[in-house]
Amino acid sequence: MSNMNTAAVTRYRNNFLKEVEANVEEGEWVKMCMQCGVCAGSCPLGNAWAHPPQEIFMMIRAGKRDEVLTSDSMWMCTSCYNCIARCPRELPITHIMHGLANYAHRLGIAPKNQPTRKFAKMFWDNLTKKGRVNELKLGIALYFINGLVDGIKTALKAAPLGLAMYKTKRLSPMEILGGHGIKDTGGLHAILKKAREIEDAKLTKM
Amino acid sequence: MANKEYSFYPGCSSQKAASGSNYQTSVNTMCDVLDIQLNTIPDWNCCAASIGYAEGGELPRLALSARNMALSEQAHPGQDIVATCAACWLATRETKERLNHSQNLMNETNEALAAAGLNVKADQNIRHMVEVLIEDFGYDELGKHVTKPLNGIKIAGYVGCQTNRPFGIDGESFENPKYLDKLVETMGAEPIDNYDKKVTCCGGALAFSEPEKSQALIKDIIEAAYDGGADMIVTPCPVCQMNVEVYQNDINAKYKTKFKMPVVYYSTLMSVAYGKNRKESGLDGQVIAAKQLDDIVK
Repeated sequence: MSNMNTAAVTRYRNNFLKEVEANVEEGEWVKMCMQCGVCAGSCPLGNAWAHPPQEIFMMIRAGKRDEVLTSDSMWMCTSCYNCIARCPRELPITHIMHGLANYAHRLGIAPKNQPTRKFAKMFWDNLTKKGRVNELKLGIALYFINGLVDGIKTALKAAPLGLAMYKTKRLSPMEILGGHGIKDTGGLHAILKKAREIEDAKLTKM
Repeated sequence: MANKEYSFYPGCSSQKAASGSNYQTSVNTMCDVLDIQLNTIPDWNCCAASIGYAEGGELPRLALSARNMALSEQAHPGQDIVATCAACWLATRETKERLNHSQNLMNETNEALAAAGLNVKADQNIRHMVEVLIEDFGYDELGKHVTKPLNGIKIAGYVGCQTNRPFGIDGESFENPKYLDKLVETMGAEPIDNYDKKVTCCGGALAFSEPEKSQALIKDIIEAAYDGGADMIVTPCPVCQMNVEVYQNDINAKYKTKFKMPVVYYSTLMSVAYGKNRKESGLDGQVIAAKQLDDIVK
């Protein structure tokens, strides 16, 4: 993926705004931001963002490519849609943040150990495997997100919660043996493969 | 012939022995009383929720919801799709609007769906269950079925994010939606006034990846319910329900609080008020028991 990053840098030179408009979901909206900062003030994790959305928008216009794409700011989005609801210019800010995170991830320059990036990948792999989320396997994978030793500690800490969920029939140990899924996984995988091809073709055009 | 029927998208958390299985139980009970027939979309798949974007990107993510819509169009032509999960509803409705808005995306999505012999028109309504209750039934009608009013129970209506933004319920404001309070009142309980964390985020999927940051948000949501004198919290979203209910021990350990606040679904309240038993109302799925409701169903 890093050659894709090099290709993007070469193609767009110092016009990062154009790069975002062409390749990031809803990126064509970035230039509409008027820097009011309502998004920053409305974000539930606002204090955790190194650069709140309106700053990200200005940094894109200022060509600060590396600073934006390697930032873990966008990964703080909880998808609460408060920024979208309140933006006076009606920018789809949530989607732009998701789009930037996804773009950085695809280029291979998103922060490697960012927990939400890792969890998002786990979640996608989990749901696409059988077409539906396997909550038990997702939970177990999550415990081990930072390696084995940390994982065992986390799993032990979470054991009472797991037991409570089991007792209330909201978690089944049987899920480990396969669990819920759709019938036509072949069809679903074919759809996703084709969708990925179409999307990748757009990126590799550069 | 049922009073109303809909194409139903249950979502992953509603499945047997999944985290929101108690939600599904109470929804089934509520629908029985109201004579609603839910026609499950055959072979429905996950919508990727609000965290699928990072690995899935735009088109694969939209294709997931488009597959469900295509299957619904095939099996239940002309029927609205109804979801009970906020994330399912949001992802599906967003997909519909995106496809309707862009012919290009529509073509690309159908090109992807064709790989499994499917095609989507995306011309049906995508609705949340509470929209069905409010718009197709209305508070008066919903109130007619109450046999055991929830007298004296004070309830904080926690609407949360995704049933409220960006689409929301028609006629409600983003900052102070009233429908959950009205529903609480219709069931004979008492909604607390000025619940100031009514539409605050619980962290959503980040409760898993950023537990400390999310639990700080959840702490405020519960604290505000106590401040308003609430006996329990009610929510329309399975992510909100789980996040706000199940981490209270962790929060108590970290913040030296003594939280033990039950968090139930609107459909739980309705099932109890409609005279159904503990199991039918999904009360056996409470990690923190809702004692006042348990007393009623006894």
